[in-house]
Amino acid sequence: MNSFSYRRMKDILTRSACVIAVVIAVVPLGLVLSYVTLQGISGLNWRFFTELPKPVGEAGGGMANAIFGTLEIVGLASMIGVPVGILAGIYLSEYGNTRLGRMVRFAADVMSGVPSITVGLFVYGTVVLRTRQFSAWAGAIALAVLMLPTVTRTSEELLKLVPDTLREAALGLGVPRWRSTLKVVLRTAAPGIATGVMLAVARVAGETAPLLFTAFGNRFWASGINQPTASLPVQIYTYAVSPYDEWHKQAWTAALVLVMLVLVLNGAARWTLRQRVRSS
Amino acid sequence: MNTGSAFSVDSTKNTLGNSGAPEPPGRDLVVHDGARTTLSVPEGREAKMSTENLRVHFGKTRVLHGVNLVIAKSAVTAIIGPSGCGKSTYLRCLNRMHEITPGAKVEGRILLDEEDIHGSLIDPVLVRRRVGMVFQKPNPFPTMTIRENVLAGLRLNGLKASESEGIVERRLRQVALWEEVKDRLDRSGASLSGGQQQRLCIARALALEPEVVLMDEPCSALDPIATAHVEELIHELRQHYTIVIVTHNMQQAARVADYTAFFYMGLLVEFDRTDVIFTQPKESRTEDYITGRFG
Repeated sequence: MNSFSYRRMKDILTRSACVIAVVIAVVPLGLVLSYVTLQGISGLNWRFFTELPKPVGEAGGGMANAIFGTLEIVGLASMIGVPVGILAGIYLSEYGNTRLGRMVRFAADVMSGVPSITVGLFVYGTVVLRTRQFSAWAGAIALAVLMLPTVTRTSEELLKLVPDTLREAALGLGVPRWRSTLKVVLRTAAPGIATGVMLAVARVAGETAPLLFTAFGNRFWASGINQPTASLPVQIYTYAVSPYDEWHKQAWTAALVLVMLVLVLNGAARWTLRQRVRSS
Repeated sequence: MNTGSAFSVDSTKNTLGNSGAPEPPGRDLVVHDGARTTLSVPEGREAKMSTENLRVHFGKTRVLHGVNLVIAKSAVTAIIGPSGCGKSTYLRCLNRMHEITPGAKVEGRILLDEEDIHGSLIDPVLVRRRVGMVFQKPNPFPTMTIRENVLAGLRLNGLKASESEGIVERRLRQVALWEEVKDRLDRSGASLSGGQQQRLCIARALALEPEVVLMDEPCSALDPIATAHVEELIHELRQHYTIVIVTHNMQQAARVADYTAFFYMGLLVEFDRTDVIFTQPKESRTEDYITGRFG
């Protein structure tokens, strides 16, 4: 066999291996999406978004409280986790070449590997037991802790991608370092960081375990963020393990809504990113 | 280098031009062997900046071994020399940009209008507003439009850019970019060609109205036509600004500079009028370098 046909064979083999790998990666995603849609679409109607769950045996009812609860908890979690994470990322990227920086980086890496239920237990011990109250707050803190390492490390990596020539340009114009970091470095990395943040938010939106004993769940509207609050993942879990067929159907619909929520978040992130790129 | 036998520069040669301020008598300027150094500006020009026995270390590596050089006001001074001779380091010291390199340490004096820019009360940020810088690679801010790039120095410093339209037009005209970009001021600075970007960067530096403009190989990333544009620009600017340019390109130094300093291995080997350096250098190392025997 001459070397040309040998190289061609290698090329074909490698290329088919890549295609197969892509198919293997994409097929489960397609299956999950189509199965959830198939099972959940029949229960999808306006009342699902506007009504409270009905007691067992009564038909109909929705999950308005859980949908709102998820948005509320994830929103609160983002309010805590995103600023802290981005600031930590700035520290690591711009000033992190110190012992403290290496420690923070190591801690963030370890934290991103901590099982989410452990984080739930930690918040249960530190917040729930102390306030003697399951609450949206406690759930938000648990989710914030979960998203913190992701936001921190993505921010750091994206800030490091900003070329040093831009930092020099700003400093060379007599701009103080803090302002150069905020107005030039952070602004340049902003689209990437926004995407990273959205992905972190989307990830924690689907977390169940840390909410089980922090936000707990609620069959009714919570009267405030200090009350036990329903959320989609926990509601799905509760309904899915119940013995009632009606509830199983509701769980599928809730799963579909959750997936859509995450997709919308992702899509919004990508869309705003593209708008920014186009306008510049 | 040879043994570092020290000698003191004859203080009578240290005329700092019209600016008066004679050197204090008897001050020793320690200069390494072979470095012919004069602290005078030929033709009695006024001095804008000067360095006295400037030594720079990066950690344990010594990069500059005591450089005495006077930079004439409203003139172009070129710094030439082979890679690693310390010319960029020298340039970056002039507006304290070396400080952002970890481990950099500077000894000796750097004077701007007779004032030591390392004085304890001097804010490096303010030094950099008076001594602007243009870098090797064009580096417009990619998130800003052309207009915003010109105003960046003012806006980022929180200075009110009143009549900002006027500033934008004036600075872009100054760098001969206005006609090319006037219809797309709101496009990204990154949408321009390399040569246009570099001129935009010069406009950005000029908007702060610096007294000195440092240029670190400003044309090395540009094609010959863009280089010609920038050189023409340097020619125009020298009426109002003091310019120090580091270049690898000896023809460029010959074309744009009034004075040329030749650096070699962290020492200032020779400093004179450009035509003298290129036609009758006193040092054999200068001659070897400009005739292409090394470097």
